[in-house]
Amino acid sequence: MKLFKQTLLTAAIAFSTASAWAEDVTIAAASDLKFALEDIKTAYVTAHPDDNVKITFGSSGKLSTQIEQGAPFDLFFSADIKYPKQLAAAKQAASEVKPYALGRIVLWSNTHDASQLTLESLKEEQFKHIAIADPSHAPYGKRAEEALTASKLWDTLKPKLVYGENIAQTAQFIESGNADIGIIALALALNPELSKQGGHYLIDDALHEPLEQAFILTTHGKDNTAAQRFAEYMQHPAARKIMVKYGFVLPGEAADTIATADKTATTGAQ
Amino acid sequence: MEWLPFTTEDWAAIRLTLELSAGATLILLVLGTPLAWWLAQTRSRLKPIIAALVAMPLVLPPTVLGFYLLMLMGPHGWVGQATQALGLGRLPFSFGGMLVASVLFSMPFVVQPLHNAFEGLDKRMLEAAATLRASTLDVFFSVVLPLSRRGFLAATILGFAHTVGEFGVVLMVGGNIPGQTRVVSMQIYNHVESMQYSHAHWLAGLMVAFAFIVLLSMHLMNQKLDVEKAVKT
Repeated sequence: MKLFKQTLLTAAIAFSTASAWAEDVTIAAASDLKFALEDIKTAYVTAHPDDNVKITFGSSGKLSTQIEQGAPFDLFFSADIKYPKQLAAAKQAASEVKPYALGRIVLWSNTHDASQLTLESLKEEQFKHIAIADPSHAPYGKRAEEALTASKLWDTLKPKLVYGENIAQTAQFIESGNADIGIIALALALNPELSKQGGHYLIDDALHEPLEQAFILTTHGKDNTAAQRFAEYMQHPAARKIMVKYGFVLPGEAADTIATADKTATTGAQ
Repeated sequence: MEWLPFTTEDWAAIRLTLELSAGATLILLVLGTPLAWWLAQTRSRLKPIIAALVAMPLVLPPTVLGFYLLMLMGPHGWVGQATQALGLGRLPFSFGGMLVASVLFSMPFVVQPLHNAFEGLDKRMLEAAATLRASTLDVFFSVVLPLSRRGFLAATILGFAHTVGEFGVVLMVGGNIPGQTRVVSMQIYNHVESMQYSHAHWLAGLMVAFAFIVLLSMHLMNQKLDVEKAVKT
């Protein structure tokens, strides 16, 4: 019996030292990062093969609520700086709120080439269902509402609107053809799956509040070195390149990165 | 009703939920009665297959139903193409689409209690009525219905209550349109996501009370029927 206990103890010690090398990072991320962050994760894991990265995507509002209620996420990438700020104010953040990108909204359709359309086109009879993310808790939906209100189209279009629970579901409504057209994140429209089905129309960012995106290390991830490593990796040229490819304007970079990103996305040049 | 702390959107969601549940229950009673009757009477080899199909929504995740409905009722699905050809437009994001989803989703809750009630009928009663030259419809309304009223009661209550509690399917094919497809379960979800917990509490509390009253009344009615039976014999 004594021998058995010793073996167990040795095994436990060996296991705990081994796990110090391989760490798990659990990330909560806004749905607009669905493709960009997956690519960054692939690049990160290649550089740090011992770390295990798990990502949960959802609407920023929902994820923020879950973190506030003690959900076990180490990092929170929000589509709106508002949520990490709220969490920081509620003592739920273990780092300062770090802006990582500016988000842009676009008009996109599976059946029409949206690059030939404008917001005014949405009034046309042929667009029966227009999908946007739910403005009450999805930042991209809020910006879509602002842009439509600023264009004096909100009241006219309201009867035609359907609401996705988050921006990825909104894109899915349009992609499946159930909604004729909609307003989604540029980052999603630039995904190869979606961009091959039609171009997009970039909505003037003067029509809405800037969509400043930020992330925090949560109190849950405070002592997780792998989470800190991943957070630092967001500054790595490889990660920044991926973010630019998906149409995000990065902090400290000129807005014209979008134009170049647009070109590389459409020509497929890497 | 003004004193209740519900927003206008909450009221719209409550009204819509009641309309949807009542509509789905009515359709299910009309469709489910002959189906349950057939299941109870038939000796066909198809019976186990049909019975299994009817029970499928009990074990399938609502997301499976939601996914297929979205694909089928969409512009590329055959149901979607049929509804468009008939000039009905498209079903997702509409009350009609929600009705179709609810009927499929709550089917077993209506058909199974009826099936059980019909199976439990005394065959001699039906034969006696037939020898007295009662027509099939007459037999159904004057013999079968009164004898299986408990089954009908259970089917109505369960079908209604189950539709009220629908969420996953609605999330996938509803599109969350206020007053059109935003039901109470969806409205609670929205309140939680926008961190309006007090609104969420009121609506969720209403649902808890509703569920409890439904189940309690079912038990009480069962007891009452038992008492009636005991007195009669």
